[in-house]
Amino acid sequence: MTAPSSSGSPGRATPLLAQIWAVIALPLISILLALLVGAFVILASQLVLPGGNLDLLLPLTAYAALFQGAFGNFDALVDTLISTTPLVLGGLSVGLAFKAGLFNIGAQGQFLLGALGAVAAGVALAGAPPLVAITVALAAGILAGAFWGFIPGLLKAVSGAHEVVVTIMLNYIAIAVIAAVVGGPLRQQGRPEAITPDVGNAALPVIIGNDGHAGIALAIVAVAVVAFLLFRTTLGFEIRIVGANPDAARYAGMRPRALTILTMSIAGALAGLAGAVVVLGVTHLMTPSFGTTVGFDSIAVALLGRTNPVGIVAAAFLFGALRAGASLMQIKAGIPVELIDVLQATILLFLVANPVLRRAFRLRGVKAGLETTETITKTYAGEVAPR
Amino acid sequence: MTTPDAPVRAPALEMRGITKRYPGVTANDHIDLDVRPGEIHALLGENGAGKTTLMNILYGLARPDEGAILLDGQEVNISGPSDAIARGINMVHQHFMLVPVFSIAENILLGEETMAGPIFLDRREARRGIVELGRRFGFEIDPDLRVGSLSVGWQQRVEILKALYRDAKILVLDEPTAVLTPQETEEIFAVLRRLAAEGHSIVFISHKLYEVLEIADRITVIRRGKVVGQRLPAETDEDDLAELMVGRGVQLTVDRGESHPADVAVRLEGLEVKDDRGSIAVRGVDLEVRSGEILGIAGVAGNGQDELVEAIVGLRHAAGGRIGLQGADITHASPRRINEAGVAYVPADRHRFGLVLSFPVADNLVLTDYYRRPYARGFIRNDEAIEATAEERIREYDVRTPSADVRAGTLSGGNQQKLVVARELSRDLKLLVLDQPTRGLDVGSIEFIHRQAIAKRDAGTAILLVSAELDEILELSDRIAVMYRGRIVAVRDGRTADKNEIGLLMATGGEARSPAAAIGPAV
Ligand SMILES: Nc1ncnc2c1ncn2[C@@H]1O[C@H](COP(=O)(O)OP(=O)(O)OP(=O)(O)O)[C@@H](O)[C@H]1O
Ligand SMILES: [Mg+2]
Repeated sequence: MTAPSSSGSPGRATPLLAQIWAVIALPLISILLALLVGAFVILASQLVLPGGNLDLLLPLTAYAALFQGAFGNFDALVDTLISTTPLVLGGLSVGLAFKAGLFNIGAQGQFLLGALGAVAAGVALAGAPPLVAITVALAAGILAGAFWGFIPGLLKAVSGAHEVVVTIMLNYIAIAVIAAVVGGPLRQQGRPEAITPDVGNAALPVIIGNDGHAGIALAIVAVAVVAFLLFRTTLGFEIRIVGANPDAARYAGMRPRALTILTMSIAGALAGLAGAVVVLGVTHLMTPSFGTTVGFDSIAVALLGRTNPVGIVAAAFLFGALRAGASLMQIKAGIPVELIDVLQATILLFLVANPVLRRAFRLRGVKAGLETTETITKTYAGEVAPR
Repeated sequence: MTTPDAPVRAPALEMRGITKRYPGVTANDHIDLDVRPGEIHALLGENGAGKTTLMNILYGLARPDEGAILLDGQEVNISGPSDAIARGINMVHQHFMLVPVFSIAENILLGEETMAGPIFLDRREARRGIVELGRRFGFEIDPDLRVGSLSVGWQQRVEILKALYRDAKILVLDEPTAVLTPQETEEIFAVLRRLAAEGHSIVFISHKLYEVLEIADRITVIRRGKVVGQRLPAETDEDDLAELMVGRGVQLTVDRGESHPADVAVRLEGLEVKDDRGSIAVRGVDLEVRSGEILGIAGVAGNGQDELVEAIVGLRHAAGGRIGLQGADITHASPRRINEAGVAYVPADRHRFGLVLSFPVADNLVLTDYYRRPYARGFIRNDEAIEATAEERIREYDVRTPSADVRAGTLSGGNQQKLVVARELSRDLKLLVLDQPTRGLDVGSIEFIHRQAIAKRDAGTAILLVSAELDEILELSDRIAVMYRGRIVAVRDGRTADKNEIGLLMATGGEARSPAAAIGPAV
């Protein structure tokens, strides 16, 4: 070894590429492994089907159809964007709460309440000028979601009731509330089944393609707002500090209780907006079984996106594409859309098992476990009310 | 420790040319270290010199970029902590690695699944083993106590027991005495001597030079990642070691000069405070600190000092009494209001209160000021101002960090402490509360911080100093209050106080006691 090279530079800053790799390595490997597992599931499913013969290329056929269904043409791409939109908003909701050290399993309930709020306002204002109708309906969705986030925030702050438990219960309550309202006061007259009237002028305008509604743009704005809030404002700093070290936050004069309530409310507002965007942009009405799994998928999105707004967009886009492409996959390859659930769940499993991955792939230097999994375990370890 | 007739045996541990680079720093630069069987080998060096890094490499927590590790003359490749433990290397870390909600036994058995029977751990057997092991080293322990309820001294014993339970051939202790009382230190030293006599090799890291001189067989000094010298305790002294470490002469005791106390800055009247478990920890304390004076609170750790200062800064609810700051009642004020009233606080537990380890150094340097101008305009952060201030503080306080953007957790323990001190002292203050301000700092940094504290005092700040180091109290305080079981049992003039008397008061509270209790930390 020559003198200058060995004694010269005392180590240099990590190059940008290495830094990026450190952040995305785990999610990327998890996705690839999940696709591999999915391929095995497809192969195995042929074996259990009676009379089926084994087509070794079926996984490839299926994935190709999936890809085509998600990105094959302009309409497919718009479809992907439409499925991505609520996932982005829900992912931001869960991700923001994670930053404050809170596990918002309640995105689903907040989403439902947001949808209900928007539909109620939309139906009432169906004949009003569009600008007014849309604004009020969106606001109603946001407020309803925020309220559904405020409750667990408040309970945690005053009594230490764990937000995981409370939000799970609120998810069920939300389902019941929707059934009651849609089957009752909001029910459209003269229809055999419980269904609300159309939101009329409160429907979001289409901005791209045949049905690419304005909610897509709203999601992009929300990403920018949340990123700005988290990283450029003092409130965002407080939220992040409370999540990282509540004792230090108190020491620094922040108010963990108030921040818990505020963060859960903002998280609820984001999930509520997701719900509003879906009813005002896609369905335009609501049934009591208005059931999507957006709220739950959002948890996966937030984890895969490492709770970072940009990461959340990428993760939501992936999941949105899977959802959008699934029907073509079912048509072309005969693989049920439920495969998407398998893929999503497997991705999560690999992410959470990241110490194993890190070992298997010798990922030294790659960003250690997800801070989020830490939050999950930490919040379960008998921790009490924030002071 | 080597027997006279035996030829020099192969070292139990040899580290050759160990080099470790982190982005922006070379933490270890071709370090050689050898430790003989039965030797207590001290590792000395400034904050950030690379001691912990070197030991982390030995323990498999970090990989060296270059160099080799030899155990009993055989080159080995240590793949991780479990591998290190299997090879008989054990480490007591600079910061506790215990699970507070687990019992002593559970903590000791953690990671010892190899001790399991066919399926279940043989707990009874294990608990008996732990009790016996404790007895062998002279402490009675109840293995079922929750670690979180133990004093730091006891937690340290649990850490050591954990290592001994795994039968460590080589035991690394990274600043084990930083949080201990002199008495506890003596007890730990007795354990170490005994281990060495049984043939264990010990690597001992400390910033307390007199301790190193007392316990070590050999001393290796490193500075900025390089070995700069080796000494035998018999042929060196504190000044020599300090100079070797820091690279310049160090004044081990600073001259505090005359104080000019003015009006009362803070007044405590009948203050009562509860601890985490809800029992009274501070029992009716009356105390005054004047502007321009340093009041030192001497006391064995756990006599209510932490609760007292936490109540003053608003982090703990006062159960009774009154706290006045220049006439204003701040008894139940929020931490933010107290901070804005001109009170700064250097907490004893820097990882719990003082720092957010996963955040950049710059953010930590404005942790209490982030919302004020110029760090924020309205509610928008001003990153340039934060960065600029951070750079300035880093320079002024000689914090060893590659930049202001690295996570605070990557800094060495002592440099983390400097971050807290730099932040809290860089302001105009009415009252400065220092709880263990120099814990884990090297001699050069201690000198610097003591000078800063005296400068603050001379600028008219009232200073309340809590320290487990009686020497630090004696050196800095204009007045000394002795705290014992939640009460102030005596107040003495700092210049004329007698060390033995204070030590005795700390140990007994001044009550007439049997002579046995008076052993105290009469260092
Ligand atoms: N994980 C890490 N990432 C980046 N830098 C690190 C890391 N660990 C240590 N360093 C750097 O390596 C240097 C040596 O640190 P180390 O902890 O070994 O010091 P030390 O001698 O133990 O100091 P102290 O007495 O303060 O504990 C420091 O400059 C520190 O910032
Ligand atoms: Mg260290």
